[in-house]
Amino acid sequence: MKIHEYQAKSLFWEYGIPTTTDIVVSSPEEAAQAAETLGLPVVLKAQVHVGGRGKAGGVKVVSKPEDVAPTAEAILGLTIKDLPVRKLLIASAAEIRKEVYLSLLIDRGASKVVFIGCADGGVEIEETAKKSPEKILRFEVASKSLGGLTREECLPFATRLLPDPKNADEAAGIMVTMARMFIERDCSLIEINPLIVDGSGSVLALDAKVLLDDNALFRHPENLEFAKVETDGEDAKSNSNGLSFVQLDGQIGCMVNGAGLAMATMDIVKHFGGSPANFLDVGGSSDPRKVVGGFQLILADKNVKVIFLNIFGGITRCDDIVKGILEAREQFDVTVPIVIRLAGTNEEEGRRLLQGTDMIIAQSLEQGARKAVEIGKN
Amino acid sequence: MSILIDQDTRVIVQGITGRDGSFHTERMLEYGTKIVGGVTPGKGGQEVQGVPVFDTVAEAVAATGANTSVVFVPARFAKDALLEAAEAPLKLVVCITEGIPTLDALIAYEALKAKGIRLIGPNCPGLTSPGKAKVGIMPGHIHKEGRTGVVSRSGTLTYEIVASLTAGGIGQSTCIGIGGDPIIGSRFIDLLPLFEADPETDSVVLIGEIGGQDEVVAANYYQRSMSKTVVAFVAGLTAPPGKRMGHAGALVGGEDETAASKIEKLEAAGIPVARIPSEVPKLLSLAKMGYTHASA
Repeated sequence: MKIHEYQAKSLFWEYGIPTTTDIVVSSPEEAAQAAETLGLPVVLKAQVHVGGRGKAGGVKVVSKPEDVAPTAEAILGLTIKDLPVRKLLIASAAEIRKEVYLSLLIDRGASKVVFIGCADGGVEIEETAKKSPEKILRFEVASKSLGGLTREECLPFATRLLPDPKNADEAAGIMVTMARMFIERDCSLIEINPLIVDGSGSVLALDAKVLLDDNALFRHPENLEFAKVETDGEDAKSNSNGLSFVQLDGQIGCMVNGAGLAMATMDIVKHFGGSPANFLDVGGSSDPRKVVGGFQLILADKNVKVIFLNIFGGITRCDDIVKGILEAREQFDVTVPIVIRLAGTNEEEGRRLLQGTDMIIAQSLEQGARKAVEIGKN
Repeated sequence: MSILIDQDTRVIVQGITGRDGSFHTERMLEYGTKIVGGVTPGKGGQEVQGVPVFDTVAEAVAATGANTSVVFVPARFAKDALLEAAEAPLKLVVCITEGIPTLDALIAYEALKAKGIRLIGPNCPGLTSPGKAKVGIMPGHIHKEGRTGVVSRSGTLTYEIVASLTAGGIGQSTCIGIGGDPIIGSRFIDLLPLFEADPETDSVVLIGEIGGQDEVVAANYYQRSMSKTVVAFVAGLTAPPGKRMGHAGALVGGEDETAASKIEKLEAAGIPVARIPSEVPKLLSLAKMGYTHASA
């Protein structure tokens, strides 16, 4: 789960990772007021869930009071990589003596928790990684030792980032706190880019990016507070039903069990000249209510001309899926044709339940996809 | 022959009394798998499908001589179940459970690895050696005995492709679903050498998807060290970049992680890549005759 910079910084404050004092606003008037409170110059930063916002004009430094509101208005009017800017973070512009990159993340390739650092921080970190990979520093930590990491253990790594002993000591302290927050809050990523030495010689996080593990939400009900703010689309809504849903712009509504098969189903629809309306994985369990929830999501999209269900049962039982479809047809006014392909666990039981309905039964994925594409074109 | 499991594999089921655990215990028994015991804390002494249930993994292994465990324990308790398995003299642990917190999976993986126990999964369908044993949830009837290995990051997409292999007359030596989570016990690179070394596997089907670098690592390994035929399928060509598509692992990040880029690198390494799942059997037959491109 992605959270916004201002939310990540609230976690930094809670844990004691030194960072800037910021104010979150959603209008030009509030921005002007915040700038007055903080004192100029200030930085205005768009709060969107994408990288590269600086390059897209989403981050501006303002020194004159009369410029704050117009600049805020301009940024609030931006759409960065398809995402509208709804909130701004107003921060005092810090004097930067030195900036470095520091993150803690799960490296899936190596199956390790690892600190990544680079003495050249800033917006070009990805370029640096490509051109001079030797500048990217790694410090691997055994997952079970994460909570007990000490400043002494972090100091050699911190010293390579910030050689000055006082700076290095502060950075090592920040690393210890990052590790504690990582394990206590089930993070997948804590990224500080840049970590700076400011005008007074203190080390602090100028930016904050945090990803939280969706699978750990059951033990972090507090993390749902972050999600509430960003629930503005179907994508987020679906997660609460245990479904994984992504809206696309085609005509063929797809409902599939399993993410890989769902992607392959979209791919094959496209391969035969159709266009998928969505990605929807009803998951690996066998709950008819998920199918009902899936229908609700798909039917909300008025572009959908046909629904293609592709179910290959393993842990999911075909008859449970069909029960969900029949239930959905009772609850909702389903006017679009349904093409269904059933295979695997309890396939026969599922087919029996389909008898006497007007659903189009396909014998294979390929046949089902062709049929759905054909209907979608009319 | 086969890899990892066969007719002599002795399996315990952790979480055997749950809905999925008991249902799939029955299916595994029907397939002929030697399910010798089950574990559910507090339910020792009961029986499920005629299989004795124990309170702990240690008791179950001591009483039954099991060498393999399959885990159906719900996500929030899965870490403890896996750590318990790590303390037992097992060879293989197959974790079916989905939705395990990543840090829990990592802690369990590190503990099992330290004891030399191989982990398959989590969030996977398990594995089947057709005609010998199935440990996990793959539908038994889709398989046919044969000499093609299958290794896949997906669950249901594996069934799709295995079924098309069987329909095309191509049997399988062992089919493994490795799981789609960020942290998994065994990756393509860990399993391809086992297929390469297995005298009764002639060829391998590799099923990948967007996210991560594993297919690229596998392509490099193939080019360097494999003599057997490998063909592939990669799901996610239509996946919009940057969207989460169900698996935590399936995030499109850099250029290397898109389906298109993976297909390009697999093909450059000499691995033919099917464009639709039903094309895999034909491609495999062609590849064995020496053709290395889908267009051949």
